[in-house]
Amino acid sequence: MTTGERDLLLEVRGLHATYGQGAVLHGIDFDVPTGGVVTILGSNGAGKTTTLRALSGEVSTRGSILLEGENLAGRSTEAIVRRGVAHVPQGRGTFVNFTVEENLRLGAHLRKDRDGVRADMDRMYEHFPVLGERREQQAGSLSGGEQQMLAVARALMLRPRLLLLDEPSLGLAPMVTRELFAIIGGINREENTTIVVVEQNARLALDLADMAYVLEAGRIVMAGTPEDVRDDEAMASAYLGYAV
Amino acid sequence: MELFIQQVISGLATGSIYASLAVALVLIYRSTDIVNFAQGEMAMFSAYVAWALIGAGVPFWPALLITLVGSFIGGLLVERVVIRPVEGRPELTIVIVTIGLFIFFNALAGWLWTYQVRGFPSPFPQRTLELGPVRAGLPALGIVAVVGIVVGLLFLLFQRTKLGLTMRAAAENPESSRLVGIRVGWMLALGWGLAATVGAVSGVLVAPILFLSPNMMGAVLIFAFAAATLGGFDSPVGAVVGGLIVGVSENLAGTYVDVIGADLKIVIPMAIIVGVLLVKPAGLFGSPAVERV
Amino acid sequence: MTWRERLRDPTTQRWLRIAVFVAMLGIALWAPFYFTPFRVFQFTRVLIFAIAVLGLGLLTGFNGQISLGHGAFFAIGAYTAAALMEKAGWPFLLVVPVALLITFALGYGVGIPALRLHGLYLALVTLALAVVTPPILKRFSGITGGAMGLNIDIPQAPAWTGLAEDQFLYLLALVAAIAAFALARNLVDSRTGRAMIAIREDELAAETMGVDLARVKTLAFAWSAMYAGLAGVLFTWTIGFVSPESFTITLSISILAALVVGGLGSIWGALLGAAFLVYLPSVADDLNQAAPGIAFGALLIIAMYVFPGGIAGLARRLWGRLLAPPRAPAPATAGASTEEGGEP
Repeated sequence: MTTGERDLLLEVRGLHATYGQGAVLHGIDFDVPTGGVVTILGSNGAGKTTTLRALSGEVSTRGSILLEGENLAGRSTEAIVRRGVAHVPQGRGTFVNFTVEENLRLGAHLRKDRDGVRADMDRMYEHFPVLGERREQQAGSLSGGEQQMLAVARALMLRPRLLLLDEPSLGLAPMVTRELFAIIGGINREENTTIVVVEQNARLALDLADMAYVLEAGRIVMAGTPEDVRDDEAMASAYLGYAV
Repeated sequence: MELFIQQVISGLATGSIYASLAVALVLIYRSTDIVNFAQGEMAMFSAYVAWALIGAGVPFWPALLITLVGSFIGGLLVERVVIRPVEGRPELTIVIVTIGLFIFFNALAGWLWTYQVRGFPSPFPQRTLELGPVRAGLPALGIVAVVGIVVGLLFLLFQRTKLGLTMRAAAENPESSRLVGIRVGWMLALGWGLAATVGAVSGVLVAPILFLSPNMMGAVLIFAFAAATLGGFDSPVGAVVGGLIVGVSENLAGTYVDVIGADLKIVIPMAIIVGVLLVKPAGLFGSPAVERV
Repeated sequence: MTWRERLRDPTTQRWLRIAVFVAMLGIALWAPFYFTPFRVFQFTRVLIFAIAVLGLGLLTGFNGQISLGHGAFFAIGAYTAAALMEKAGWPFLLVVPVALLITFALGYGVGIPALRLHGLYLALVTLALAVVTPPILKRFSGITGGAMGLNIDIPQAPAWTGLAEDQFLYLLALVAAIAAFALARNLVDSRTGRAMIAIREDELAAETMGVDLARVKTLAFAWSAMYAGLAGVLFTWTIGFVSPESFTITLSISILAALVVGGLGSIWGALLGAAFLVYLPSVADDLNQAAPGIAFGALLIIAMYVFPGGIAGLARRLWGRLLAPPRAPAPATAGASTEEGGEP
C-alpha cells in the first residue's frame, strides 16, 4: 500500500521549527494517509519530539501543516486540539493528582455528548483493562506502563482524527511495550484512527507502521515503507545506531 | 472559662475572615503561582463599592450581590490586563506588579472616597445568642456561617463540577490541559475572578467591625498571609484551617499573654509566618512541591 | 573620526564621567548656599532616601534577594541614633559607627535564615519584619519612648563654619551619600560584586563556578541593612524626631518603589528614584492626597512592562542608541557594563 493510493489526512511541507535557542527543524516534508500509521524515527536530538510539538502548535513554526486541507501552522494548541488532533507527549503528561477516571474525563473536555463520553470511557476500559481496575486511583500512583496506557486512552477520549504519540515505549519494559503497541495497532485497525508515532525503538514502530521517515539533525534523510528502511541496513544503522 | 469560650468564638469569627481572604490568596496562587499582594486592597475596594451602592439606596443583599458580580469581573480584568503581560517573568517582577496594584487600589479608593473613616452597615442584628453555658454574638456566628457557605460553595464548584475539574487541571498541569483543549488562559482569569469575589466577601464582612477606610485591610492581609502560610499556599483547606487557627491564637494570645497585649497582636501572624517558613515551608496541608525554597 | 566614534572611545568616556561627576559635585556643593532652607531640606531628604534605596538596590537589584522590610533597618538606625543622643547624651557623630554596626549585624542575622528562602517566601518574611517594627518600637517604650517617640536636638554646625542648620545637615548627608555611592560602586566592581550579580542571574551556575553562596548572600543583606541604617541616622538628625509611625510598612514599600522606578540594577538610579519619591508627592499633592499613590502604583506596573530597568535603564538605552553607529544595533555603553542590571 503506497500513500499515492490513499487520501492524505496530513500533508506537511517545508516545516521549520524553532525551540529555545535555535532552529531544530530545517524544512521537512511528510505525508500521513488517512487511517494509516506513520512512524518518525531518528536518534536523540534529531528533532522527532519537536516535530510532534510543531504539529500541536507548541513551538513556533514556519511552513505548512495541512490537516485535510486546513493549515494548522501558527494556530494555538487549543485550536489545533479542537480540530481533532490528540497529542500524547513524551513523559505522558498525566494529571498525576487526579484519578484515572478524571484523567479520561479531561480527555473528553471538548465533547458535549455525555452519553458518548460514558460509552467511550467504557470502551477504553475494554481496551485497557488494567485502567478499569484502577479507575478511582490517583493517576500518579500507577506504574509507568499503566500511565502510558492512560495517556493514550485520554487522548483517544477526544475521538481524534489524528493521534500523535511521542516515544510511547520510553521507560517501559519490553513486554509492556509490545502489549501497548498491540493495543495501538488494534485501535488503528478497528477505528481507523490515523496515527503518527515517534519512536527511538525502531523495531516495534516499523512493525506497526505503513510509512516510515527517518529524521537526522532536523532533516528527513530517509522515507519509505518499513521494508525499505529495513532493507537499507547501512543507512538505517547509521541513523538509528543499530540494525533493524 | 466563659471568657475562654467567648474568646474562642470571636477568634473563630475573625479567623473566618482571615480564612476567606486566605482562600482568595490560595485560589490565585494555585492557578497562577502568584501571590497577590493586592488581594486585601481589592477586597477593600469591593467593600467601598458595596457601601456606595447601599448609600445610593440599594438594599444590603442586592448591593452585596452586585458587588460580588462586579468584583468577579474586576478580578478577571485585572488578570487579563495587568497580570497576563508579566506571567512567566521572574518572581521579583510579579511581586512588584502586585505591590504596584496594592498602592494603586489603595490610592484609588482614597481618591474616590477620601481617607475618612466611615461606618458600614452590618447585615447581622446586634444580638446575643445563648448556646448552653455560652453567649455568642450573632454577628460573630453570622460571619462564621457566611464564610462557611462560601467555602462550601467553592468546594462544590471545584470537586463536583466539570468547570471545577477543568480549573483544577489547568492549575496543576497547564501543558497537558492545553493538549486536551482547555483554554488555560481563561481558566487563570477565572481563578482571579473567583478570588476577587471571595475577597469581596471578606471585605464586606470586615468593614462593619474595622470601619471602612482605604487602609482597612492592611492588617487583615498580613493575618491572611499567616493563615495561607500556615495552611500551605496551595491548599484551600489549609487556608481555612490556618485562618481559624490564626484568628483564635490572636485572640487568646491577646487576652491571656500579658507581654502581648493589644498592640503586639500583629506579632502573632509574623511569628507564625517566620516559624512555618523556617521549619516546614509547605505548611500544614501544602504539598512539598510548594517548597520552592 | 565622527563625533559618535569619538564619544565611544574609552578614554573620552572616562573624561566625560569625571567631568560629569565634578560638575555634579560642584552643583551639590553650591546648592545649599543658593536655595532656600526648605529646598535644601528637600535635597537632604533626597540624599537620605538615596542611601536607603541604594542599600536595597545592592540586595535586590544586584543580588536578586527581595526585601519588603528595609524600613525596619532604617528604623533601627534612626532609633539607635535617637536613643543614644537623647537618653545617653552622646554627641551626634559618635552614634554613626554604633548604628552602622548594629544594622550590619542585624542584616547579617536576617540574611542567615534568608538563605533558605526565595522569592515569595523571602518577601513574606521581610514583610513580617517591616510590619512588626512599629508595634515593637511602641512596646519597648523604656528605650524608644513608646508611641510618643523621641525628640533630639538637631545637630548644629560648629560656630567657625558659619553654616546654617539646614546647610550643615545637607552637607552631612552629602558626605554620607558620596561615601555610600563610592563604596557601592567599589563593591559592585569587585569580585564580591560580580559574585552577587552571578547569584542573581543563576544561583546554581554561580555555585558551580565556586561562589560561596552563603557568604555573599548574607553579606549582601548585611551591607544593604547598614545602608538603610545610615539613612536612618541621617533621618533622625534631620527631622529631630522619631516615632513608630514614621517607620510603617509604607516606608519599606516606598523604598522598593523608588528602587524600581530609579532602576534596579543601577547605582546612580537610586538618586533618581529617591528624587521621585520626595518630589512626586509635592507635585501631585496639589491634585489630591491620593494622586501620588495612584501615580506611583501605575508607574510601578508600567515600569515592569515598559522599562524594567527604571529611569536609569531608559537613560542607558537612549545613550547607547545615541552612540551607536547608524546601522548596527545599539551596544551597551562600555563604562556602564559592570552596572548591568537590566530586567529584574
